[in-house]
Amino acid sequence: MAKYLLKRLFYLILTLFLIATITFFMMKLLPGTPLSNESKLSHSQIQMIYHTYGLDKPVWQQYLIYLAGMVRGNFGLSFQFDNQPVSYLLATRMPASFQLGIQAMIVGVLLGIIVGGIAAIRRNTWVDGTMTIISILMISIPSFVLAILLQYYIGLKAGAFPVAGWGNFSYTILPTIALAGSPFATTARFIRTEMVDVMSSDYIELAKAKGLTSTGVVYHHALRNSLIPLITLIGPLTVNLMTGSLVVENIFAVPGIGEQFVKSITTNDYPTIMGITMMYSVLLVVVLLITDIVYGIVDPRIRLQGGQS
Amino acid sequence: MAENANVSNDAFEPLGKEEHLDNEKIAAPSLTFTQDAWRRLKKNKIAFISMWILLAILVLSLAGPLISPHQPNNAQPAYTNLPPKIPGVHIPGLDGTKAVDGGRVDAYQQQHVPSGKYWILGTDYLGRDLLSRIIAGTRVSLAVALIATLLDLTVGVGYGLISGWRGGRTDMIMQRIIEILSSVPNLVYMILLLVVMRGSLLSISLAIAISSWTTMARLIRAEALTLKSQEYILAARTLGESSWKIAWKHLIPNMSSVIIIQTMFTIPSAIFFEAFLSYIGIGIQPPTASLGTLISDGQKNFQFLPFQMWYPAVVLMVIMICFNLFADGLRDAFDPRSRE
Repeated sequence: MAKYLLKRLFYLILTLFLIATITFFMMKLLPGTPLSNESKLSHSQIQMIYHTYGLDKPVWQQYLIYLAGMVRGNFGLSFQFDNQPVSYLLATRMPASFQLGIQAMIVGVLLGIIVGGIAAIRRNTWVDGTMTIISILMISIPSFVLAILLQYYIGLKAGAFPVAGWGNFSYTILPTIALAGSPFATTARFIRTEMVDVMSSDYIELAKAKGLTSTGVVYHHALRNSLIPLITLIGPLTVNLMTGSLVVENIFAVPGIGEQFVKSITTNDYPTIMGITMMYSVLLVVVLLITDIVYGIVDPRIRLQGGQS
Repeated sequence: MAENANVSNDAFEPLGKEEHLDNEKIAAPSLTFTQDAWRRLKKNKIAFISMWILLAILVLSLAGPLISPHQPNNAQPAYTNLPPKIPGVHIPGLDGTKAVDGGRVDAYQQQHVPSGKYWILGTDYLGRDLLSRIIAGTRVSLAVALIATLLDLTVGVGYGLISGWRGGRTDMIMQRIIEILSSVPNLVYMILLLVVMRGSLLSISLAIAISSWTTMARLIRAEALTLKSQEYILAARTLGESSWKIAWKHLIPNMSSVIIIQTMFTIPSAIFFEAFLSYIGIGIQPPTASLGTLISDGQKNFQFLPFQMWYPAVVLMVIMICFNLFADGLRDAFDPRSRE
């Protein structure tokens, strides 16, 4: 276990180092300078601005400074937003994104388990058919279309929830639903397949033969055993939520990381783009590591060994 | 016992010469693997209908320049934001009227459109024909998806085959590389690439392919590992076939179902990402239409002219739904075990 952990940690650091390096040099490849109209500035002004951002040093020195800063959580200064440090900018925007992400994950996965479970129990009936159609629809409707429709028809026309912005809990409801669509559909399909598999296994036959009620069988045996592999879905679902948050936060004007990311892309704010890129990567790598470890603990049949995939 | 043996020869009748052969005859026609899959696919009504809808959309989008009534990028400032109008149809929403203060006003009269002119799906904020733009946009979106999938296929299958076939140290190194690559969110690759390269049909396809080939490579490697130990591969090797020929003649045909199924799941995700990237403004650049840019344009006017977003959004959703249903059906057709 300790050896496995060390190995995983080594790969984790290597991965992050590679991403940081690639991001840095890709940003260096970009044509142009961070100054929009350099010709209007005198030579000494340009020198001064370059000095502030550390752009007057050779590239390899910039790279080392950048790496050293990143280890300490310092991503440099944002080109936009009055030279705020990127790390500060991200820190102020993290709570909203995390709240939405976690809410959407909980809502999506819980609903997915319920719908997938019911579909598996009532397999090959109209209930199953309806549930399958709902989950296919949710997989096929892009989160941004869902978000716009929710915002207009439920937020504006019905006036049930605030249309956009960020305040009390009611502001989070529509973005949460829009974000939860994809995790819901993925979970529902996954749970249905797993449950159908489990329901045909011998221990379910035994439980039925012992005279357990059908709810007992489903709750104590089928559902519990189907839930364990669900852990492996958390990684991909996190990626889904990141993708979704970019557009959903933008549509609902949520002051979160995703909204910031789109803003910095459109304004060529490279330090912020790099900062968010690194943040997303760290988040995913850590989530993957934790889910692998948890899966190994929950299901001892999975041996934690490096080199096997 | 003795009495029983006294049956005269007349009691027996000689069988026809050929009749006994029928017992061994296989009544059903012998089917190849593809024919068998096709037969199963045809039985799956939903998947079969999805396939025909997709084919229809593909043909329509390819024939776009021939059938679309207007130039997709031709802006007519006099005729902006006109609602849909089909001559002779009097359903609100399709008769050229739009909702204003509870009542419906004929927008075509308001904007002094000559009586012969009409736009089946209306016009956008620059007076461009929405139907022509949707047809052109669908073509761009499908093109991106197909190029991305083709790249994904070539790189993924090539990488997986080499990794699985060579094995040993090569495999180890190649798998570590995949592990590292796949622990980066695919969003990050796509956005970085597009920020550096700027959105065009090719750069978007490349960005999508780069972030999705690892899944294909993993599947192919696993297949290659199982197939490698089969007897017919051993036979081919013993006969001195080159690795290239074995891969081309034996490995790839035997993996075709895995490849086809994975491809069918890659296409809708590529379509999604094209729309997504174009929607946030780093994908297909205006004035070129794609489903993503159309939805993004339509959203700006959604409150007043909802049809401008509904139509492209519905096309996008229909394509996505059909691809997902078709892929599901195809998986069941190729691999009957996946069905319960």
